[in-house]
Amino acid sequence: MKAFSFTAPTTIKEMNEILANVTTPGEIHPIVGGTDLIEQVKTGRRSPSIVMDIKQIPEMNRLEWVSGEGLHLGAAVSCTDTAAFPLVQESYESIKESCGLIGSVQIQNRASIVGNIANSAPSADSVPSGLVHEASVVLIGPSGTRTIPLEDFFTGPGRNVSKPNEVVLEIILPPPPNNSSSHYLRFIPRNEMDIAVAGVATLLSLAPGSRTCTKARIALASVGPIPVRAKAAETFLEGKDLTNDIIEKAAETAVESASPITDVRGSIEYRKNLVKVLTENTLRMCLNSLNQNL
Amino acid sequence: MPKIRVSFIVNQEPVEILAEPWQTLMDALRENLRLTGTKEGCGNGNCGACTVMLNGKAIDSCCMLAAEAEGQNVTTVEGLANGEQLDPLQQAFIDFGALQCGFCTPGFLVSARAFLNENPNPSEQDIRFAIAGNLCRCTGYDKIVRAIQHVADSGH
Ligand SMILES: Cc1cc2nc3c(=O)[nH]c(=O)nc-3n(C[C@H](O)[C@H](O)[C@H](O)COP(=O)(O)OP(=O)(O)OC[C@H]3O[C@@H](n4cnc5c(N)ncnc54)[C@H](O)[C@@H]3O)c2cc1C
Ligand code: FES
Ligand code: FES
Repeated sequence: MKAFSFTAPTTIKEMNEILANVTTPGEIHPIVGGTDLIEQVKTGRRSPSIVMDIKQIPEMNRLEWVSGEGLHLGAAVSCTDTAAFPLVQESYESIKESCGLIGSVQIQNRASIVGNIANSAPSADSVPSGLVHEASVVLIGPSGTRTIPLEDFFTGPGRNVSKPNEVVLEIILPPPPNNSSSHYLRFIPRNEMDIAVAGVATLLSLAPGSRTCTKARIALASVGPIPVRAKAAETFLEGKDLTNDIIEKAAETAVESASPITDVRGSIEYRKNLVKVLTENTLRMCLNSLNQNL
Repeated sequence: MPKIRVSFIVNQEPVEILAEPWQTLMDALRENLRLTGTKEGCGNGNCGACTVMLNGKAIDSCCMLAAEAEGQNVTTVEGLANGEQLDPLQQAFIDFGALQCGFCTPGFLVSARAFLNENPNPSEQDIRFAIAGNLCRCTGYDKIVRAIQHVADSGH
């Protein structure tokens, strides 16, 4: 593996002093689970001069619900711990489902949601779930913190808006809308341990005791250079009384937001069809969770 | 680049090593501590041959830097037996013929031990999910699953 130096600050202040000397993109790479980073350094895809373990910093380990703000999910929290958090199980089902899909037990015990997001792969399984829950990303560096919507975070495969001397402190998941449910499904050729050919998360909120959609969020992975919201399909659903026809039409509309490529994992046509099937299935799962089966 | 002094617990004994900053925990266990039960299969998180317990949880030691182990508690396959007394899982792997070449076995044993410690009454499906991060090129998995199920059923 290419040589780098290692540092493990124990406070934000110490971390910011290290970051203050950083000027070049990619010069420093935080490590959480290392499940992406170590392989990337081994194969030369990333070549940091400094690897910074951020897990010793208390703020990075925050997993806390703040009334009015939502769920603060710190950068160092593992997928296993995220999925085990009762509030995630109750109110952020799609996030829980994504955590359970990222690699094996061994991977989930180390890997973090924030590492999945910061790595910025178009196939990242937690990102569609974060998008339907309207997550925001809190960046921190020597010049302070700034918060940006997850939707505006990605700039291309493996790239995002953070500056060379910024790291992600946490993501914030706002309180989910009333009477809502979210789900994530991906398609892979195996049962476990593979990269999504396509992935879809949806969130549905219904007027109480009805099938009237008050809010819909749909987000797609692996069908473009960055994960995207399927906004036309969301708008189509909102305000409608959901029927089988409407669900099918929404799934077809979601395909319009996908711009997939053909590669070894699947062709353009196949991926588009997957978007339709996975959108329909996740919408039905949301209805099911809200006791409004069609 | 100066080496890093790393102090941690391995198989209940305190150890101190000098590690290269880029050295993985897997390499440190094998090369510095000569605990060669931990195997390198893929070196990238796919095969589970390098599985160890970190604070009781199964992880791939090829995806972790040795330097990250500072102050942590690591259990390798060498730490499963109690002296001459094999872990019931080790005995069951022998009794059920749950190995052929044996290269994957340490990883399976550590994964299975971490899993049974948290989930003593698993279904077959639970077991199959728990070991999905361990690959075996020889046995076809059934005997491994049966060995683990046997240990669970006999309450160990
Ligand atoms: C066998 C295997 C299977 C996998 N399966 C899946 C899968 O099914 N789905 C999936 O989506 N992914 C999968 N992955 C990829 C990987 O496990 C996930 O992306 C994981 O969530 C990464 O988290 P981490 O904490 O390990 O990140 P790390 O490897 O520690 O970091 C990833 C990248 O993000 C940067 N980074 C980390 N934290 C921060 C921060 N706080 N601020 C700024 N940058 C940061 C790092 O510098 C690095 O560039 C798999 C990996 C392996 C090895
Ligand atoms: S060697 Fe670590 S998972 Fe294969
Ligand atoms: S026994 Fe040979 S790889 Fe499993």
